[in-house]
Formats: sequence, C-alpha cells, structure tokens
Amino acid sequence: MRKYHPLRELLLSRLREFLREPETVFWAYGFPLLLALGLGIAFRNQAADKVYVDVQQDGGAAPAVAERLRRSADFVVAIHAAEECRNRLRLGKSSIVVIPGETVGYLFDPTRAESVMARQRVDDALQRAAGRRDPVATREDHLTEPGSRYIDFLVPGLLGMNLLGSGMWGVGYVIVDMRVRKLLKRFVATPMKRADFLWSMVGARLVFILPELVVLLGAGWLFFGIIVKGSVFSILVLALLGAVTFSGLGLLVASRAQRLETVSGLMNLVQLPMWLFSGIFFSAERFPAVLQPMVQSLPLTQLNNALRAVILEGATLGSQGWRLAVLAAWGGISFLCALRWFRWNS
Amino acid sequence: MRCRDLHKRYRTRNGSVDAVNGLDLEIRPGECFGLLGPNGAGKTTTFEILEGLLEASSGDVEVLGMRWGQHDGELRQRIGISLQETLFPEKLTVYETLVLFRSFYRSGHDPEEVIQEVALTEKARSWVGKLSGGQKQRLAVACALVGNPDLLFLDEPTTGLDPQSRRQLWDTIRRLGEQGRTTLLSTHYMDEAERLCNRVAVVDYGKVIALGSPAELVATLGGEHVIEFALANGGVIAEDELAGLPAVLGVRKEASGLMLTVTEPHIALPALLEIVRRRNLDLSRLTTRHVSLEDVFVHLTGRRLRDEEVSSP
Repeated sequence: MRKYHPLRELLLSRLREFLREPETVFWAYGFPLLLALGLGIAFRNQAADKVYVDVQQDGGAAPAVAERLRRSADFVVAIHAAEECRNRLRLGKSSIVVIPGETVGYLFDPTRAESVMARQRVDDALQRAAGRRDPVATREDHLTEPGSRYIDFLVPGLLGMNLLGSGMWGVGYVIVDMRVRKLLKRFVATPMKRADFLWSMVGARLVFILPELVVLLGAGWLFFGIIVKGSVFSILVLALLGAVTFSGLGLLVASRAQRLETVSGLMNLVQLPMWLFSGIFFSAERFPAVLQPMVQSLPLTQLNNALRAVILEGATLGSQGWRLAVLAAWGGISFLCALRWFRWNS
Repeated sequence: MRCRDLHKRYRTRNGSVDAVNGLDLEIRPGECFGLLGPNGAGKTTTFEILEGLLEASSGDVEVLGMRWGQHDGELRQRIGISLQETLFPEKLTVYETLVLFRSFYRSGHDPEEVIQEVALTEKARSWVGKLSGGQKQRLAVACALVGNPDLLFLDEPTTGLDPQSRRQLWDTIRRLGEQGRTTLLSTHYMDEAERLCNRVAVVDYGKVIALGSPAELVATLGGEHVIEFALANGGVIAEDELAGLPAVLGVRKEASGLMLTVTEPHIALPALLEIVRRRNLDLSRLTTRHVSLEDVFVHLTGRRLRDEEVSSP
C-alpha cells in the first residue's frame, strides 16, 4: 500500500473535521435522539384521554345531567352559564357542550376529532343512563404489545429523516463551504482525482451512519423496549442505500451553488416535501388517493416504508425490492446529474 | 513557460471587459519572475490561465513544454500553486493538511521537511484555524511545495500580511530561489518584486508595459536617485526652472510636493537649495532616496494617463 493514499487521506480528513466539530456531532446524533425521546414520552401509551364536557346552566336540569355523566370516570364535567360554555368550547377547554331539555342538545365543532368522539360517548352515556339496552353483547381486547405503539412507528421514520438530513447537509453544505473557501479550486489545482474526492464524501457518510443507527435503535430499545424483528444486516443495507441516495441529492443541490445561503435554501426546498409527505411522524397512507402517486414516488417514503417493514414486521430485503429500486433510481439519477453539472471552479 | 497574445474577455452586465488584453510572457528555467501591477491589472486572471484553471479567450500557452487540454495530468504533477485566499480546513492540523496534499502527488517531499522549510515546525500539530495570517500563508506555500514542483506559482503571497510576516515569507521564497526552482510570483508590492525577483513584468490593463530585471527597469528612468521636496507657505518654483537644474532628468508634480529624478544628488541638491535660499522660500520636506520600482510604475502609468488626456477632446 502506498504511504500516502489520496482516497484514504481525503476520507480521514472528512472524518477528522466532522468529529472535531461538536455542533455537527450533536445535530447528527443528539438531536434525533432527543426528538425520539420527547415524542416517545409525549405519545406514550396511556388510558384514553378524559372527555371534557360542559353542561349549560339552564333551569334546574343541569345538575341531574351532570350527575348522570359523572358516573363514568371518563368524563370531566363542569356546569357553566350559556355564554361561558360557548367561550370554553371555542378556546378548546371543553370538547362539547350539553344543553339539557326535553330534547338534549349537543353543541360541538364537527371538524374537531375529539369533539366528534365526545359527542358519541356523551350520547352513549346519557342513553344508557336513561335505560337503553344494547342488543349485541360486545367485548374489548386491548393491543399494547411492542411493535404496534406510536414510538414503534416513529423510530424508523426518524431514522429515515436523519439519513435524509445528514446526507444532504453532510455532502451538500460541506461541498459548498469548500467552494466558498476556494478549497475546491485548490484541490483541482493538484493532480487529485475528482472521483477520489466524491467517493470520500460518500464514504464518510457511510461511516457516519453506523453510530446513527446504533444511537437511535439502541435508545429505542433501551427506553421504549423497541425490538427489531428483521435482520440487522437488512437494516444496514437499507441505511447504506438511503445514505448513498441522499448523498447524491446533496451533491446535486451543491453542484453549482456559490453561496451557503443558496444551498441551505435548496436543501430545505428538497427536504420539505419529504418531511411532509414521507410518513415520518404519521403514516403517508393518510394523504388522499390523488396525492399518493407523488407521495409514493418520494425516496424517503420508500425508505421509511422499507425500514418499518424490516424493523417492525421482520420483512426480508427481497420483499422490499421495488422500494429499493425507487431509492436506487433517485440516487443514480442524482449522481449522474450532479456529475454533469458540478462546478469545481468558482 | 511562455504565453503569446493572451486574451481573456469577461461578459458583464454592460458589455464585456478585457481582463487580459494581448499579454506576452516568457519565463526562463530557474528564475523568479514577478508579475507586478495594481489591483485589477489582470494578474490573477493571467495566473489562472497559466495554471490551467481558466480558459483563455484566445492566445497560446505553453508550460514546461506542454499544453493545457492535452497534458493536464502530467502538468498538475509538476506544478505547485498557491492561490490567493485559500481557506484551508480549520479543524485539520498543519501536518494533516500537508499529508493530504502530499497524497495527491506521485512523488514529492516528506511533509515534515516541507513544514521545516516554511518554518512551521512548532505549529505542525496545531489546527489550521489557530494559525496567524502569515502562518496560514506559509502553509499555502508549503502545500504548493509538497509535490516537489518544477514550477511554482505564488499569487500575491504576502497581500494583507503585517511587515514581520511578509519578511518571514520573503526569507522562505528567497531560499526556494536559491535552490534554483522556477517561480512565478504576482504582487502589487514594488519592494517585494525588487527583493525577490530576477525579472519583472509590469502589468497594467491586461498588458505588459515594461519588462526586465528590477535594475534594468529602474535604469529606464535614467537617474538612479530621487529628490522629493515640498515648500511651506504656498511657495512655488516653476517646473521648467527645476528641469533646467544640473543633473536633473525629470520633474513630477505630486499631491504632496515635487519629485525630481536626478543622476547625481550632490550636484542637483545644492542647486535646488540655492534657489530656495535666494528667494527666501521655506522647505517643509526634503528627502533623497534611490529610485524604486514604485517610481518606475508611476513613471509608466503616469505617462500613459497624460497620453490619454492629450487624445481626449
């Protein structure tokens, strides 16, 4: 082996620069960890939320209605004057207002999910208290096993988001910074092979994803008992493919940008649709059918879906074939375009 | 290295600008050649064309007997470049930076030796971000040297440095010259060119307006000495009268007073002082010194400016 190998030295330089910059280390590893912890705690499994019900003070019927509702521990009941009830409903302090009378009135906002739910439950409780008998006997079974909770859904999404963000910033921002500092120009003034330089960028990304995987999945297991059902090897392959694809996107946005402001804007522009549509915090299936072709064609959607399938369902890589193909296509096209347009001299 | 009739035209919002406008150069092996001119004279553009970083609009460039576009790989192996204002990675050490640059070349120097050569041994393990401006500039020269180049390009190596750092860098560059390395240096400091270069080309508006060794260029002024003086209380001596004094070759009016180019100050000076005494004038300033490249430059561009005034209606 040569004493001074250009690819090795370029790669080592990238790794050293990264590790010597405490902020970038935090944004790469600490930030997603805190996000996972915060969201995991906020959406931890707990008994269904209490329903906040206001009963309108109207003649003498209000206390009796309130009393009937209070028999169920699910309701938090308060009695207020009509005006006050409306205000509290408007401000979200209550989900529904019950207006006692010959015909019981329900005042609520039909676009608020918890109000619609409250209407059903309040109505149920009042009808039963008045003597309704349900003709069909029912039983409830609750699902609480690992793999089906919100945190289980969230962690693979965060992993995908992190691969996107660090690929874009770790390649795109770093390259434009080098261009601004005239370092790119200085490099092409040497006999350095341009391919060596680009491979060192991608190579550094691949090295950095290992700690990313360990930190996120490790914390998920440690704090929330998340269990990886698929093989670790499959996750690694997915993460590598994702990192290469997003490095390609990063290279593409950096190929001509002359200023850090420009590349930051471009990166946000590229990332925003994926933050919104690619199912990081909630399932991408929720978007209307019209949008699905667009949603499904985004690389992060496919990476997140594949990660979830492997981590949560134990799917094999083979079953994720076309998702991998979508990712690889994005990566390949990005790299080709980037190499075509890349500007070494400023 | 030689270039002939070099042109570089930049398109701008209102038309185009000729940054380099018919420039000819020939640099001989082993010499330190200086490209001297004010900011915006086209020095950096010329450098980048010679370094193969920029394509000329027209003209012919030959470097080490090879041409850009045909022998790029080989040329890159054999030249070393220090660009204006390269900001090296701040979080790498001096040594790591040099190992990185060394790795790009097939053969070259041991990074430790180069660090010693530019007097950065004490800083070898320091981060680049912690270096002073002069030390960073010496690092840039070291990066240009580490591939053991046959031809070294130094583009304004001392611009923006304090006097002490400039002197340190001069020592380094002078040592390189003693090793017989061909060096092309650009600068807008006249004293720098005088001290370091075997030959100098004075460049203005993208053209060479004078060429020769610093001594030859100084000799074009005729005299080797300059007398500068100013009169107090609005006193005046006519320029014609001064030009008629013995040993005086030229008279120039400057913002701060008058400048005489003279062959023998011990003859011209008493004659000048005699006029001052006879007319009861007061001198507020009087200095004599050797002619410098600075004077050559003022002489050259000054004449040019007057020519333009004559030709304009």
